[in-house]
Order: sequence, then C-alpha cells, then structure tokens
Amino acid sequence: MIKYPINFKLNGQLVSVEAPATINLLTLLRDYLNITSPKFGCEQGNCGACTVILDGEAVNSCLVLALTVNGRAVTTVEGLGTPEDPHPLQVAFTEHYGAQCGYCTPGMIMASKALLDKNPHPTREEVVEGIVGNICRCTGYNKIVESVLAAAEMAR
Amino acid sequence: MADYKYVGKRLPRYDGMQHALAKTRYVNDLRYPDMLHMKVWRSPLISAKILNIDTSKAEVLPGVVAVVTHKQVPHNRYGAGDYPVLADEEIRYLGQEVVAVAAVDVDTAMEAVSLIQVDLEERTPLLDPFKAMEPDSIQLSPIGNFIKFDGNPYRQILKGDFESAIQEADFVVEGYYRTAAQEHCPIETQVSICQTDGMGRTHINTVTQAVFFNQGTIAAILKKPRSKVHMIGGVLGGGFGAKNDPHADHIAAVVSLYTGGRPVKWLWTREEEFVASTHRGAMHMFFKDGVMKDGRIIARSVRSIRDGGAYILTNDYVVAKHAFGVAGPYNIPNVKVISYGLLTNKRPTSSMRGFGLFQASFAFEVQMDRIAKTIGVDPWRLRFINAVHDGDTSATRAVLHNCALIEVMQAAAGRAGIRLDEELLHMASHSREEV
Amino acid sequence: MARQRGTGIAAVWYPTGMSGGGDPSQAMIKMQPDGSVDVLIGSVDIGEGARSVMRQIAAEELGVPIELVNVTLVDTDSSPLDTGTFASRVTHQTGNAVIQAAQEARQVLFEVAAGQLGVEPQQLTLQDGMVVVRDFPEQAIPIADVADYAVWTERRLIAGRGSFGWAPVKVDPETGEGEPLHNMAYGATVAEVEVDTETGEVKVLKLVSAYDCGKAINPLLVEGQIDGGAAGGLGSALLEELHPYYPTLDHYPTGFFSYMLPTAKDVPALDAVVVEMNSISGPYGAKGIGEMTANSQAPAIINAIYDAIGVWITDLPATPEKILRALEAG
Repeated sequence: MIKYPINFKLNGQLVSVEAPATINLLTLLRDYLNITSPKFGCEQGNCGACTVILDGEAVNSCLVLALTVNGRAVTTVEGLGTPEDPHPLQVAFTEHYGAQCGYCTPGMIMASKALLDKNPHPTREEVVEGIVGNICRCTGYNKIVESVLAAAEMAR
Repeated sequence: MADYKYVGKRLPRYDGMQHALAKTRYVNDLRYPDMLHMKVWRSPLISAKILNIDTSKAEVLPGVVAVVTHKQVPHNRYGAGDYPVLADEEIRYLGQEVVAVAAVDVDTAMEAVSLIQVDLEERTPLLDPFKAMEPDSIQLSPIGNFIKFDGNPYRQILKGDFESAIQEADFVVEGYYRTAAQEHCPIETQVSICQTDGMGRTHINTVTQAVFFNQGTIAAILKKPRSKVHMIGGVLGGGFGAKNDPHADHIAAVVSLYTGGRPVKWLWTREEEFVASTHRGAMHMFFKDGVMKDGRIIARSVRSIRDGGAYILTNDYVVAKHAFGVAGPYNIPNVKVISYGLLTNKRPTSSMRGFGLFQASFAFEVQMDRIAKTIGVDPWRLRFINAVHDGDTSATRAVLHNCALIEVMQAAAGRAGIRLDEELLHMASHSREEV
Repeated sequence: MARQRGTGIAAVWYPTGMSGGGDPSQAMIKMQPDGSVDVLIGSVDIGEGARSVMRQIAAEELGVPIELVNVTLVDTDSSPLDTGTFASRVTHQTGNAVIQAAQEARQVLFEVAAGQLGVEPQQLTLQDGMVVVRDFPEQAIPIADVADYAVWTERRLIAGRGSFGWAPVKVDPETGEGEPLHNMAYGATVAEVEVDTETGEVKVLKLVSAYDCGKAINPLLVEGQIDGGAAGGLGSALLEELHPYYPTLDHYPTGFFSYMLPTAKDVPALDAVVVEMNSISGPYGAKGIGEMTANSQAPAIINAIYDAIGVWITDLPATPEKILRALEAG
C-alpha cells in the first residue's frame, strides 16, 4: 500500500508520519502515533468518543481523512495536562465525578475544551450544546456539565 | 449514628484523575509485539442448516496465520450446554459466528473472511415468541422452545388463592404491557486479546464483567483446568450487562491455540455489537388484578412471555427474577405469576441493567396508575395503602425487612414539591400503627 | 395543536445480590512493612466505582490513612474469586468480604502489637493510624511500626481473608416459595413531561427521585448511579427499540444513527434524595443501587404522558409515532 507523508502539529509539536490515503485521523493517532486518548466507539461518526480538536474545532477524528491534517494543528488530551499540572477540566472532571467508566471522557474533555476556548463563560445550556455530540452511557451527563462549568469557574 | 472517617464520605473516585488524563488503559489500548488481528465470518441468514464450510482460499492468503472452525474447538458447547462456540450444524441467529481468522492486520483478516465459502440451506425463521409457544411451531432446540424451570416450561409463583379472591373483588383491572428489546451500547465494544504461551496457559485481556465465571466457561471450552486460563480484567468502558456472557474472549482464546504463541486481538465493530452481542429481549406482560373500592389490591395475576433468542444463556435467571418480583412492592395476599422464556431465532438475550425487574417495574407501575384511574383513587394513596411493611411477605412468602417504599415515596413527593395527605405522611414501613 | 404537560409517578423495588443466591465474593488483604495495604478483590469496575468503595471500607476497618490503601485490578492469578459485577451485588457482597478480611488482618496486627505493648490483643483498638490500648490511649504504636516489626522481626504475614455471598436458594417448583431475592431496596420517581400533540415528541422536564440504598458508602458515587440510571430509564421509555418492526428483524439498527440514545440535551438536571433504610446484612447497612436507578423512570414517564394527553402508551418506547397514533385513535 502506498504511504504518503503527513506533517502536522500534534499537541504543539511538529510530527512527521507516513500513512496510506485510506485511513482516518483516529487510526493515524492511535496506530501510527501511539496517541490512545481518542477512543474507538463506533467509527460511524455518531458517538464522539474519538473527538479531538483540529484547528480549533472539535471534530470526530473517525470522520477526518488522515491526509487532510497535513499542515494543520491537532490537539488531544495528551496535550492538555500532566499528573503534576493537570488542566482545569481534568481537575474538575475528577472532583465533580464527570467520569465513571472513563471511556467517553477524552472525547468529552476535548469537546469541552473546544467550547471553553471559544466561550470561556458558558451557560449551562451552552455547555449542553457543546457536548451534545458526545454520548455517555454511564453518567447521565449532569456531572459532566457540572465539571465543565466548574472548570470555567476555575479558569476565571 | 456513628461518624466514620471514610465511609459515607463524598470522596472523588480513586482513579478519577487517571480517567481525566486519559491514562486509563482499556483493552483496545493495549499493544503486544507480534500481535495478530481477528475477524469472523458471520451468518447473513437468520436460520439455516450448515451444509459445508470451505476455508481453503482463506487459508492460503498471505498474512493469514490461523483459520478456525468448529472442528478446532476442543469442546464446542457452553452456556446451558446448548451454545456452540463456532456454529457447526446450524445457524440460529443473524450474525452467528462460524469461522474465525487471525491475520497480520485487520485488512488481511477481513479479506480472508470474504474468501470463506459457507453453504447454507435457508430455513424459515421463528421470530414470534407467541408462535414459539404453539405446539405445532418450529422447534428450535431438541428439548423444544420453552426454557425450563425445575422441569416446568414456566416459572410459577402461587401465593394464596387468586382464583377465589378475584371473584371477591369490587373491580377487575386488566392491562397488557410490552417492553422493547434494547441494546446496552457501552461506548467500548467487545474486545479481547488472547495469547497461549509455551506452557499451555492462555492469557486473556478481557472486558468481561464476570471474570471468574468466564474463566470457568473458557477453561471448559479449552478442556483445561482453570489454572491454565489467566484472565486479566480491569476497568471496562461500560458494562450494563453487555459483558457478562462470553463474546470475544472464548473464540479468541480458541484461535490463540493455533497462532504459534502469537497474541491475537479481536475488536468488535459497533455494527457487530448491535447485530451479534447479547441484548435485552422484549417482554410481554399480562396483568389481571382484583381491587377493592378502598384501593386494596387483593389479587394479582401476571402472565409474562420473554422473547429469549436462540440459546438459553441467562434467560432462565432473568425470567425467574422477573417472576419473583413482578407482583411489585405491594402487600397482595393472593398472587399468581406464570412467566415463560421462549427460544426464537434472534441473538440470545441476556442480562441488561434491571434484569427482568426493569420490565416488571414498567408493567406493575403503569398498572397501578391504570387501577387508580379506573377506581377513582389518587395514585399516591393507592401505592401507600398497598405498600409493603416490615414483616409482610413477598409473593414467594419471604419475610420482608428494612422496607422503605413509603419513605422513598414521601421523600420523592417532598422533593418534587407535592404535598401528600397527612395520613400518608404519617405512615412508616416499620409498623402499620399510626406514627 | 398544543404542548401538554403532565406529571406521573412510579415506585419500584430491587434486590441486592444475585437472584437465587450462590454468589460469593472473596477478598484478601495484606499489609506491607510500611503499613501500606493491598486489597485484592475479584470484582471488576464497570464504571460504578467498586475499587473506590472497597478502598473506603478497607481504610475505615483498618484505621489506616486512605492514601496507603491500594485496591488491585482483577487478575485471576492473584485475585480471589468473585461472581461478577452485576445484580447490584458488589458493594454488599464484596464489601462484606473486605470487612471480614480486614477483621482477620486486624487481629494479626493486634497480636503483634500486643506483644510489643505487653497487653492482650483484645485490649487494643485502632485510631488515626495508631494501634492504641483502649483504656490507656497514651499507650500506642503507629500501625506502620507494628507492620515493620511484624514482617521482619516476628516474621508474620499481616493478612486476612473474607468471603461473602447469599447461600444458594431453591424455591418450590410449583409455588415459587422461598427467599430468592434479598435485601430489597426501594425507589420512587416523579416525572414531569411535555407532550407536543402535533409532533408526538415528549420532552422530559423533570425527574425527581428518591432511592433507598441503605448506607451510602460514597454518596457521590450513588449520585452517579442515580444520574446514569435516569438517562438509561429515559432512553428505555422514549427512544430505544432494537426491533422497530417487532417481532421481525426488519430495519434492524446497526449504529447510533438508527438506535437512539439520550444525549446531554435529553436528560434533565439531577434532582434526587438518598434515603438510607439500612439493611441488616450490608456493610455499614448498605444495599445495592446500580440497577434500580434505571427502572423507575419509564413507568413514571408513561404515567405522566397519560396525565398530559389521556392515552396509555403501554408498549415501549413511547415514540412520536405511537403517541400520534394513540391520539388519533383516542
């Protein structure tokens, strides 16, 4: 299979990788770059578990052709915080129990980050709108919404 | 009331920050050197006789390491002893697994599956559980379509004398209720990584909710003692009952016997999860209640039929638990319950959050409102005056203790800003005396 | 040609542990030389937080700071047997097993400390990381010191074992008489809905609930079950149908585009009360909670729909089509 070069910014660092034209960004990140935070949930573009930020927009990485990120910037949870210095969203999700099984959590956090980057002081309705593309089967969403609102408060 | 240091405290999840940092390792995040990928050939027909399985073209495709049919399964039955690991004589549900392929990558495995030829003789499927109950219906198993309970084709609960009591009732209220078949949809699909080592031990990274139960099941399939089956579980990406029965582990474990020690991973697609994983079966419930003018329910009969799917799995448990609890948290002296589980040509149904009592709760609580409307009693009052108290017996004549139906109703009403009658607010579960 | 509102209620019950019994959970506890504790359980965490609950129980029973308590993941090579994470059984069965294991480990600790302090083991108790002589609290040794002494000098293993589950139950084959369900827990939900009589769509405005889980070992985790259950129950009531042309498999859904799941927009804010009607057998009086919280919403919503528009939708899910057809027929 022919592989093509892809050069892009991943969590602030320039990366170079070669991949076939047929794979999506989810596969590129998970299988070629060891970025395992975006999860395989459906690969049909419906659940949001694979959400990453591409040039400032929250996207389902399973719907993005890998080659199209050439020259662009991708952010994942790996680029957010560390155990020593977690991102406010990560602190909030922990304190407000925004994650139960944790599988939808990376997608939820990236969707939330995309929202907060554009709208640092969202209302509850705006947070709900921001995560409406992310399915969670465990939490019933309320504590996720509370976590995002708390993170917004923290960053104030 | 003792004050504890940790018990009773709102402590954040132990591994909460792990989740938030996306450092939790799920099975699909694990990589092993030399890992192979697995795909299976699934039946496109709902019901069929298997005439022939030809894997010859798949076996010679470059990159294919193992092609496994029922012939390579050491012991090809599990569940209630009726469920094949890989189908041998027949197809009983759409998507049933017939052949498994392990190859160097997913694309090769999928191409190999497309080269497999399975000759099927299509049969008329049996999809309606009511039809399955008819004596001249297609019989899906050698012992018929009825799932058995201590030898009977139903689970029966008899308390008091329903037939006499219903004659004494002021009102007879009937209702039919149906809950749908549902899929759990955990965001993480079924996935397994199996590797059989040089000592004959099979190591399995599993997403099962019932690790030891599956260890026993897989050991029996592999015809080995439990000490040869090593299962490593952890945090699943959601369960809800989807991951109690074997899905990926048992077939991947068998395949791993034939990969020369290489680990093999099988990740189910979301489509496979919908079509071929266990789910909640539809349930049909027929209520007939005898109610007095003052609202006391003196007689309740329930007939339930569960659409069980093609193999028994935990259907008998679900139907039994349903039967035990379907009369509801109410002190009804005369109860008759007959609950059936029928085999049909659907994916075998099994556990899902609520396990028979989700269905029962829906039915008995809508029935309560139907009674309330029919006899002209307030729906809260109806529930309060029938609610179980400590010392009452259930339909199976078990003595109840630490009851709280009254208290939770009082609390819910209070929280919802609904002012209940003083009489109801003064009731308590521990005694029928005025509090 | 209107939006009609309605209120409905439902009250439910649910047992703790596996129906029919025979569902053991085993646990083992071992203490390291510095007082660190490893709790070995066979229960996997499916998101409900089993490890966190067991950690709280173990730390409470052993009197050690919770930071020193580690709860292992499940590995059949080293974890003791557990029937499984289902049937709302883990807090109760595994919790009791952990308490038993902690009691045995504590006894070993006391035997060693008794030697160090020159007293009898039954005179000792635990307090704030110390082994203390009950009547003379100034006589105390840090647990960590006892552990170190036990391992290296006394050469003893500070460990304990536990196993708890319901006994297997046989019910009468004809009458069902017996006690297959144990420790019933209770719940009630008040649902407020708004039905659009033109489109048949139902919006759930409020779900107000009260659940009895006996002692809530971790109320935050209990809220998580209530919240998650509410979404599950709502989905069952209004959205989820695997066989749209039941009983056939026609148009079988193969993804979330045709099997509808609740999103963040569908579930109203959490509004629930935890009622603690302690059980006689649960750890600290706990009962199970995980499944019951998904059972009370569907009937409450259907009853609310009846209140709103006077039709019984007794065949779930209550899709817009069913509601419009019922309105047409009624």
